[in-house]
Amino acid sequence: MFVQFFVPHKLSQDALKYMTDWMRIIGTFALVLGIGSLIQRHTARIRQRHRDAPYSAVALCCFLAMVVLGIGWKTEEGSPFDWGFTYVFMPLDATMFSVLAFFMASAAYRTFRARTPEATLLLVASLALMFGRIPLHQALDPHLAGVAEWIMAWPATAAKRGILLGVALGSMAMSLRLLLGIERSHLGTGKEG
Amino acid sequence: MNIWERLQRIDRRLIFVLIAAVVAVPLIWPPQPQLQISPPTRQVYDFLEKLEPGSVVAICFDYGPSSAPELDPMAYAIIRQCLTKRLKVLVMTLDITGKQMKTHALNRVVRQVQQEGVKVVGGEDYLDLPYQPGYSAVVLGMGEDVHKVYPVATADGQQQPIGAWPLMGRVRTIRDIALIVDLASSNTPSMWVAYGGSRFGAKIAAGVTAVMVMDYYPFLQSKQLVGLLGGMKGAAEYEQLLGKPSIGMSGMGGQRWGHLVIIAFVLLGNIGYFAARRAARRAAQAPEVG
Repeated sequence: MFVQFFVPHKLSQDALKYMTDWMRIIGTFALVLGIGSLIQRHTARIRQRHRDAPYSAVALCCFLAMVVLGIGWKTEEGSPFDWGFTYVFMPLDATMFSVLAFFMASAAYRTFRARTPEATLLLVASLALMFGRIPLHQALDPHLAGVAEWIMAWPATAAKRGILLGVALGSMAMSLRLLLGIERSHLGTGKEG
Repeated sequence: MNIWERLQRIDRRLIFVLIAAVVAVPLIWPPQPQLQISPPTRQVYDFLEKLEPGSVVAICFDYGPSSAPELDPMAYAIIRQCLTKRLKVLVMTLDITGKQMKTHALNRVVRQVQQEGVKVVGGEDYLDLPYQPGYSAVVLGMGEDVHKVYPVATADGQQQPIGAWPLMGRVRTIRDIALIVDLASSNTPSMWVAYGGSRFGAKIAAGVTAVMVMDYYPFLQSKQLVGLLGGMKGAAEYEQLLGKPSIGMSGMGGQRWGHLVIIAFVLLGNIGYFAARRAARRAAQAPEVG
């Protein structure tokens, strides 16, 4: 794929088409694999009377119910599947995520202390961003938003770009090590070749 | 425990109650603040405004219900802008949880604009593409042939082969789409940039949750993204640009007071920390003085 990107020959284009089709087919099979793994794991827990077996039973029942509703009555708006998604899954998922706000508020209060120059810099930057993301007063807002935008567009982007390039180069190096068999720790040998 | 130490150890339950109160109250009585529009938000708005009527815009819903409060308002505002400007809308998703989100958002806005007297027809002005697994494979496939990746599509609850919809006569590959807006709570915008943008030259804009905004500024500066909406504020700014304040703007009241309470607690904690440290230093120096 990497080489293909730089070669606009028909052979190369056909290879891309062929590989893309296979990627989609494999992607679909990954979904089947995931479902199989979910069923296997939770059935095993129930059979072994694990202490979390009741949760596994709930997970399996909900999964099967949604599959039956989806296949039996389709998934269009107003269908039983859609009802389950809108009135069960949506509030549960949203609640789980919104609870984070409380923990973040508590964590920010406990950890944001200007103990060192670096921590002070972090504290000042985070306060500037928090002020810049909210409407306070018409006279103040342009300045606060301007400072927040400047932090995001310049120092933070510069740091982020460095991190992105570092991660990309590291990923390429690791991929090459894996492909060439130099890195084998993922095979469970615990040693590098 | 003296007052400075107390300031550093405020009961977390008090923080939880205050956060809950200041977020909930403005949702009941929503404010209508005037926001400072950030340049990345304006870039998305201006790009869509400059498109010729009839251009096709694809909106990709790569998020689930957990991120809906931040991303749904963006989706509503962008779909509304497209439909009222006579742009054609395709909704799609690469994330299985986005399947219902896209259909709900599209149907909701279509109903609203129809009630306002805007004439839009399913299959001609908007179309709902089904979920396809494979992420990058789907984007690469769209670069070759959209009809092959999506054999069927739905409009107004009716599913037909994709070629049967008039709207799809305009779209054969990703290059026929004037703008792809990826609304995401994961790293799919980078994938759209890498495969859709760099590989096929598609124009990409993104709308992401507030915690992710920083990840996409480098793409904005390199012009790999035409614009970027960030979190609830991005959604509220967009609503203000459209002149239709809605749920994004309502959320800004909660966000404003939530931020102010957190800032107040952080400042109190720091005041307590420095005062306690100063008191400890004085106490340590006291015997020497005496």
